[in-house]
Amino acid sequence: MSSTNQADNSNDSLVIAGKHYQSRLLVGTGKYKDLSETKEATEASGAEIITVAIRRSNIGQNPDEPNLLDVIPLDKYTLLPNTAGCYTAKEAIRTCQLARELLNGHDLVKLEVLGDEKTLFPDIVQTMEACEVLVKDGFKIMVYTNDDPIIAKRFEDMGCVAVMPLAAPIGSGLGIRNPHNIVTIVENAKVPIIVDAGVGTASDAAIAMELGCDGVLMNTAIAGAKNPALMASAMKKSIEAGREAFLAGRIPMKRFASASSPIEGLFF
Amino acid sequence: MQIIVNGDNKQFSDSLSISELIQQLGLADKRIAIEVNEQIIPKGDHNSRQLIDGDRIEIVHAIGGG
Repeated sequence: MSSTNQADNSNDSLVIAGKHYQSRLLVGTGKYKDLSETKEATEASGAEIITVAIRRSNIGQNPDEPNLLDVIPLDKYTLLPNTAGCYTAKEAIRTCQLARELLNGHDLVKLEVLGDEKTLFPDIVQTMEACEVLVKDGFKIMVYTNDDPIIAKRFEDMGCVAVMPLAAPIGSGLGIRNPHNIVTIVENAKVPIIVDAGVGTASDAAIAMELGCDGVLMNTAIAGAKNPALMASAMKKSIEAGREAFLAGRIPMKRFASASSPIEGLFF
Repeated sequence: MQIIVNGDNKQFSDSLSISELIQQLGLADKRIAIEVNEQIIPKGDHNSRQLIDGDRIEIVHAIGGG
């Protein structure tokens, strides 16, 4: 088949801050049992954007311990340092600045400022405060937020390169709890909308994509599965399937039947 | 001289630079970032920046996270 193939959507890339990505699945690297499991699952996911956390180095313990960046090399992946664990704008700003120094000036970050430990919901006031400072400082911000369409638009207006509403609480696996809000966020947006957090299994990711989201970011759903690499592969397929279904345009839902075979030509 | 490295008190008999500290901690070839008293010290300044008594140093790296 030539390029006229209607089923060919290979030109359909995710664009974040001017860079094109073929994969619409973004994955985290937390909660794996070891680095080989991290490597195997990350490769199986096909993801190109990978989140990492910034933490204190171990001093004087085991200087030869393997490093995450050995299995997630900078020349192969786009690293997305996060501000997980930050509860104030100040902590998040400091973390982003350290990440930029650590990664040789890399300025794409995932900004999250948390409200409390029980829900891990974002503190929007603190997130906005950090966002304002970081945008001025030249950072390209992918922002973790709640599923509020008004707030999502505000983050876009502030200059975020992607807005990432939660589907459900981080690590909960509850799936998309408020699909109508997610659709409203998508409809209003001029920047990529990426569902971040709450996905439990492959169908959840497919639903996010069918709603028109530009991508899905997940960690626990893969790392916490009994077979993380297999779940990563499932997520890859579900993201692709959901995207294709969105582009294809689904049929409307109706209450009653509509025969698939013609009535005409019946011989009885 | 006493400095605080990642929250732990460390004693050094002589003044030392950030590069020398990193060397002593066995982190010379590691991908790390350094703050002194909440100010980031770029890699290019690690040789020249001398640490003084009471400095609070943070050494960070990338780990798994979501």
